[in-house]
Amino acid sequence: MPTRIRESRGQEMALTAAVAVVIVLLSLLPMLRLIEEIVAPGGTLSTVAAEAGLRSPTTWIATWHTLVVGIGGTLLAVLSGTLVAVLVSLTDIRGRSALVLCYVLPLMTAPQVTALAWLQLFGPASPFLKLFGAAPPLGTKNPLYSTSGIILLLGVQYGPLVFLLVRAGLRKLPRELVEAARAGGAGWFTVLVTIVLPLMTPSIMAAAALAFVSCIGNFGIPAFLGIPANYLVLPTLIYQKLAGGGPAVLGETAFLSVLIGVIAMAGILAQEMMSRRRDYRISSTSLPAEPYELGRWRPVVQAGMWLLIVLVLFLPLFGLVLTSLVPGYGIALTAKTVTLDNYRFVLFEHDAANRAFFNSFWLSIAAAFFAVVVAVPVGYLIAWGKQRWVRLLNLAVELPYALPGVVLAIASLLLFLRPIPLTGIQLYNTVWIILYAYLARFLVLALRPTISGYHQIDRALEEAAQVAGAGLFTRMRTIIFPLVAPGAIAGGLLIFMTALSELTVSALLWSSGSETIGVVMFSFEQGGDSNYAAAMSVITVAVTFLLMLVTNLLAPYLPSGVLPWRD
Amino acid sequence: MARLSLDHVTKSFADFDAVKNVSIDVADGEFLAVLGPSGCGKTTLLRLVAGFEKVTSGEIRIGNNVVSNSGGSVAPEKRRVGIVFQNYALWPHMTVAENIGYSLRVAKLDKAVARQKVEDALALVNLQGLGERRPANLSGGQRQRVALARCLVAAPSLVLFDEPLANLDVHLRASIEDEFAAFHKRTGTTMIYITHDQSEAIALADRIAVMDHGRLAQLATPRELYHEPANEMVASFISQGMLLPADVLTAEDGGHCKVRVLGTELVVRCRPGERPRAGAKICCRSADLGVSPDGPGLNGLIKRVVYKGGGARIEFAPVAGPDLTLHFEQPDPVRLESGAQARLRIQSGWLIPAAAAEQSLGA
Ligand SMILES: Nc1ncnc2c1ncn2[C@@H]1O[C@H](COP(=O)(O)OP(=O)(O)O)[C@@H](O)[C@H]1O
Ligand SMILES: [Mg+2]
Repeated sequence: MPTRIRESRGQEMALTAAVAVVIVLLSLLPMLRLIEEIVAPGGTLSTVAAEAGLRSPTTWIATWHTLVVGIGGTLLAVLSGTLVAVLVSLTDIRGRSALVLCYVLPLMTAPQVTALAWLQLFGPASPFLKLFGAAPPLGTKNPLYSTSGIILLLGVQYGPLVFLLVRAGLRKLPRELVEAARAGGAGWFTVLVTIVLPLMTPSIMAAAALAFVSCIGNFGIPAFLGIPANYLVLPTLIYQKLAGGGPAVLGETAFLSVLIGVIAMAGILAQEMMSRRRDYRISSTSLPAEPYELGRWRPVVQAGMWLLIVLVLFLPLFGLVLTSLVPGYGIALTAKTVTLDNYRFVLFEHDAANRAFFNSFWLSIAAAFFAVVVAVPVGYLIAWGKQRWVRLLNLAVELPYALPGVVLAIASLLLFLRPIPLTGIQLYNTVWIILYAYLARFLVLALRPTISGYHQIDRALEEAAQVAGAGLFTRMRTIIFPLVAPGAIAGGLLIFMTALSELTVSALLWSSGSETIGVVMFSFEQGGDSNYAAAMSVITVAVTFLLMLVTNLLAPYLPSGVLPWRD
Repeated sequence: MARLSLDHVTKSFADFDAVKNVSIDVADGEFLAVLGPSGCGKTTLLRLVAGFEKVTSGEIRIGNNVVSNSGGSVAPEKRRVGIVFQNYALWPHMTVAENIGYSLRVAKLDKAVARQKVEDALALVNLQGLGERRPANLSGGQRQRVALARCLVAAPSLVLFDEPLANLDVHLRASIEDEFAAFHKRTGTTMIYITHDQSEAIALADRIAVMDHGRLAQLATPRELYHEPANEMVASFISQGMLLPADVLTAEDGGHCKVRVLGTELVVRCRPGERPRAGAKICCRSADLGVSPDGPGLNGLIKRVVYKGGGARIEFAPVAGPDLTLHFEQPDPVRLESGAQARLRIQSGWLIPAAAAEQSLGA
């Protein structure tokens, strides 16, 4: 029998336990609670809620709408994102980083801001169209209040998402594969169709799945464009039910949110199956292919790209700014009418807007700070942990973000509707429930860059500290944190930008006194005060862009791919 | 300084044994090199000693303490070993002095004392005045010396090197090799030095452990490895020894016996107690071969002549064993040409002990 050895691994166990507790609280608990509500509401097994949901025609109409705009938006996003990725990655187009930056920016603005901006561009009240006297007469329906309007904006919002994934894939394409085909006599277009795109199938599939999940879970765009036309998708249906019925309809909405979750999962599974069907593995690594010379087509292609960018970025933003500068609905912008009153009103006069700025700022800061602090130890266990089960952690942390936001919001409501057992603390109807949901949902945004940071660090750096006698906590503080900090902090800044104008989760969780910027913007727009909504949007967009500039300072210390807008 | 013993140590990853039943005793103050082809388990062995991996079975002792067995494993930070990593593993966010002083800081040593120790360590590796630099602003050789200073400042009981020279150019290697040797002499620390480069191992080590596919193939002094390899792997791995089939004709007498190789008889060195047997192997070095135009020898064909400067390496296929390749050096003026017939004499050799004999010896 070997002698027992005192291992003194207390710190490791403490860390693992703490991480496990955080993950269980933030990821597993809400999901389990949601499932419990569907399977056994009130503690007894029952299918009443599910049956009621299945029998209601509104469920099926909204599901159908969700699928239509989800698939439509995904197709548009995949087509546009892939096309832009191919042009940017494989040709000798000029001004690449500027193009990438501008094309990716819509991803950094909240969907409801995109929606608002486009609405301001085309409606009868459009200050932009009025500049040319081209606005349709007042009372005309805005063409974006339609299925195709929703699909168009979803495509615009998530095209960049597809772009990023496909571009990452194209960068790994070894040039030998392209050159071998060229040497075999294939022209550039043939190479693209027969070699490049087939090899990119996994990236494109993964991008499509991600875009699909984002589209069906999106709340801002169908809320701004669909509700006025009474075109409801599942997230907006849930919102309307909750807004009308309160906690009484929670069981019903739980069913609907699981339905969205199931549709999202189906999308991800379909992608998995399609990618498995063939072997697309690229074994070698080498330099990327020489860019294709566009020759005399270059100016044309470049002009086309910039036209696209003007259409999807500059015009909408311009429309938004114009709207924020006119005093009221349908007034044309002239030297006489131009005013900053809207800004003054939302910043200093309107109580709810004031509170919203305050709430959103501190919620975003708290979520970002917490995520950075937690991401370092969680990333440590996931990236460097020896136990296999910790890899499941990663899955658990991804879940609240991978699933549409309404799913998490409903789960949080269910979890905190009653006071927390034993303590009696009430989170429901307070700002804290929003904080909880933000922590759960956005943790993964800081975790991903942290993990890629870990993968870039030589483990020997930690081992060297270990043989120097440093215990786990000392190593964390003196060696590990300084090394992974840039990635974690960049992730924190991404969280701040995302949370600042977040709407999907807070629309379902807010209460009087705990409004967020997104919620107040939404209620301004619903009440017809687009000018105020536009002013708030411009402020958040400006803050976001400023933060992007600040984050750029970190860029030299970051693993590539952490900052989506940097090429 | 301490003794290190590995006692029947095995390490498995899933169902693959990276280290198999290895027993090594390293004396206090000894310089042991671990030598073997890439992938044979050297790094795994070192990580077991350091505590980064846990043994699957067997036991490791440092000094009088059991540090690893199947019952548990002392954490690396409690073992008081120093490691010099192949890629140095200097912390980029700290200065040279902070890197070196890290273990003192962790041990909460008085600041002034720690500063003095860091200064001393810098002086020891000839890096005075570079304490405030960042590792990124140092050359490869300087980084290696910082890594050395960092592991020595805490006066570890045992210093482990994992291919410390692999990333340096040839010039630097020689000079740092000298420094390591001088250093070992001065401090008398027990050192385990991992390398795949035999000349490095032979130049530095008191004893060399040759590893092969996770097993310890032989543990001996450099001289013994060269002249008396315990098995075919060591024979062919060290200095490209040639293996020839042989039948042992007489029992050992005075450290020699008579064998028949490729139809000719000759006397080779052997272990005590060898008896006549068939199917044996002898190991020859190129220095054991010579051209013998007239006397007894092997007839054969010159397959290749590679000029090496000052002489040539000649590859020769004997008629009696056309699949074998013998090679030897011939100084200028080289007269042999490829395709020509030649006659070769084996002057000496070593009879590889029978596999069973080796096992009984190793146990
Ligand atoms: N953590 C590990 N998991 C699985 N296999 C490993 C691990 N570490 C090393 N190995 C395997 O063990 C063998 C020996 O590796 P190593 O000790 O690094 O060899 P060396 O340092 O001699 O080149 C290799 O085949 C390697 O693939
Ligand atoms: Mg190695």
